[in-house]
Amino acid sequence: MEPVTDDPGHALLTGSSANLRRRRRTERLLAGVAVAAALLAVGVLALVISSVAIKGASALSLDFFTQARPLFGGVGGIADALVGTVLIVGVATLIALPVGVLVAIYLSEFASPRVAFGLRLVLDVLNGVPAIVVGIFVFGLIVTGHGQSGLAGSFALAILMLPMIARATQEILRLVPPGLREASLALGASRWRTVVSVVLPSTVGGILTGTVLAVARVAGETAPLLFTSSIAANAISTDVTHALPSLPVAIFTFSESADPADHAMAWAAGLVLVAFVLVTSMAAKSLSARARRSIQPD
Amino acid sequence: MGALAAVALLALIAYEVVRQASPAIDQFGLGFLRDDVWDPIKGSYGALTFIGGTVISSFLAVLIATPLAVAIALFLTELSPRRLAGPIATLVELLAAIPSVVLGLWGILVLGPWLAEHPEPWLHDHLGFIPLFAGDPSQAGMLSAVLILTIMIVPIVASLCRELFTRVPRDLQHASLALGSTRWEMVRGVILPYAGPGIAAAVLLGLGRAFGEAIAVTQVIGSGNAVHLAIFEPADTLASKIASTYQGAASDLEVQAILYLAAALLVISLVTNLAAQLVVARFERSRKVGQ
Repeated sequence: MEPVTDDPGHALLTGSSANLRRRRRTERLLAGVAVAAALLAVGVLALVISSVAIKGASALSLDFFTQARPLFGGVGGIADALVGTVLIVGVATLIALPVGVLVAIYLSEFASPRVAFGLRLVLDVLNGVPAIVVGIFVFGLIVTGHGQSGLAGSFALAILMLPMIARATQEILRLVPPGLREASLALGASRWRTVVSVVLPSTVGGILTGTVLAVARVAGETAPLLFTSSIAANAISTDVTHALPSLPVAIFTFSESADPADHAMAWAAGLVLVAFVLVTSMAAKSLSARARRSIQPD
Repeated sequence: MGALAAVALLALIAYEVVRQASPAIDQFGLGFLRDDVWDPIKGSYGALTFIGGTVISSFLAVLIATPLAVAIALFLTELSPRRLAGPIATLVELLAAIPSVVLGLWGILVLGPWLAEHPEPWLHDHLGFIPLFAGDPSQAGMLSAVLILTIMIVPIVASLCRELFTRVPRDLQHASLALGSTRWEMVRGVILPYAGPGIAAAVLLGLGRAFGEAIAVTQVIGSGNAVHLAIFEPADTLASKIASTYQGAASDLEVQAILYLAAALLVISLVTNLAAQLVVARFERSRKVGQ
C-alpha cells in the first residue's frame, strides 16, 4: 500500500510542499540507509567466506585430510584434529541430547507455568554463560586432578549444547496439537505413555534438526576446549581419556603462530570448519521448516 | 529429573568458578577489581585493565552494531520484496554461524593489516586530537576487536529485531499510513515504540555475547596492559586474558587470579543476560495485556 503522501491533493490540503519534499527526502535517505546496512552485512559475509575459500583452497589435498600434523614443520595434514573433533563433539552430543530432551519434556509436559518460566529463564541464562567460563568451570571440576582429556572437552561442549537442544525441543513440543495428547489421555494412557508413544514420535524430526544445529554451533567452539583438551600430541588418537587435538584449537594455535606456513594451514583448516558448519546449519534450517510443517500442516 | 540437572548445573558452574577463585578473592579482595597492575613477576594482580578493555570493546561494538542491526531488520520487514527477504535473512544468520576462531583468523590476517594500512593512519593524521584515534596504527588492537565483535553481534540483534518487527500489529501500521505518514514516520511512530523494550533486550543479549567472546578477541586484540581509549593500540579483555593463558600460568597465584577474572566475567554476563530476559518477560506480559 502506498502512503497517502504520493497524492498531490495532500500537499494542496496542507499547503506546504516544502515540508512534503523534506519528508520524502528523509524517507528516501532512511530507505537507502536500510538497504546499505543489509548490503554491508551480506558483503562482510561474502568477504569473509571468500577470503577463507581462496586462501584455504590452495592447501587442500588428500594428504591434508589423511595425514596428521607434522611435529617440526614440514608437510602434513589435519587428520588428527578432524578425528579429535568428531570424537569430542560426538560424545558431547551423546551427553547433551538425552538430558536436553528430558528437560524439554519436563518443561512442556509436566511443569507448572511458574516453574516452566523459571526453568526457561535458567536455560536462557545458561545459554548466555560465556564459553570460556564454561571451559574454566570444567577445568576446575575435572581437569585439575585428572588432567586434560577429550571427555572433559566433551563435557564442556555438552554444557553449551544442553540449553540449545532443550529450547529447540521445547519449541517443537509446543507445536504438537493438544488434541493429540488429549486423545491419548482419554484412551487411558498415562502421561509418560502419552509422551513416549504419541508426542515424541511426531517431534523426532524437530529434535534432530535442533541437535544438528547445536552440533554445528559447538563444532567451531574453541574457548571451552582451550582448558580441557588443548595440550595434545599431533597424532591420530581415539583415546578420549587423554587430551585430543581438535579443529578449532588447531586453527587457533596456527593463527597465533608467526610462521606463514602455519597461516596457510590455518586457512585450509578454517575452510574445512566453515564448510562443515555452514552446510550443516543450512541443512538443519531447511529440515526444521519441513519438520514444523509435518506437525502442523497449514 | 533432567530439569533439576539444568538448574543444578548453572548453580554448580557459579559455585565452582567462585570456589576456585576464592583463594585469590580472599587475598586480593574487591580491590582486585580496581587495580590495574598485572605483574606475574612481582605477584601483583588487578583486573581493571581487562574490565576496562571488556567494557570499552563491547560498548563500542554494540554502539556500531545496534543501528546497523535495526536498519537490517527494518529492511527485511518493511522494504525488501518478500522473495528477497528470506534469503537475505538466512545470509545474515549465516554470519552468526561462522565459528569465532575463523572470524578471528580473518581478523588477524586480513582485517588487522588492512586497518593498519588504510583507515588508521588517515584517522590518526586527521582526527588524532580525539583520544579514540590518538594511538599509533597497529595490526592488532582494540579497533579490530571492536569490528570483529560488531560482525558477531549484528546478526544476533538483527534476527531478534526482525522477529519483533513482524509482531507489531498490522492494523497499527496501516492506521499510521492511512493517516498520511510516510513509511519512515510509521516506523518511528509505531514500530520503534512498540518494539522498543524488545530492541533493548536484544541489545543486552548482544552485549552479553560481546562480553564473553574470548577466542576471536584474543586473536585480534594484541595484548595490552593499560586501560586507554586509543582504539588502534593493543588491549585485553577479561575473556581474552583468560584465553591467552591457556598454555600455562607462571604460578598458582596467577592461576587463581585468572579464575578470579573468570568469576568477574561470569557475574557480568549473568547480570547482563538476566536483565535481558527480565526485559523480555515484562515486554511480553505488557503486550499480552494490551491486545
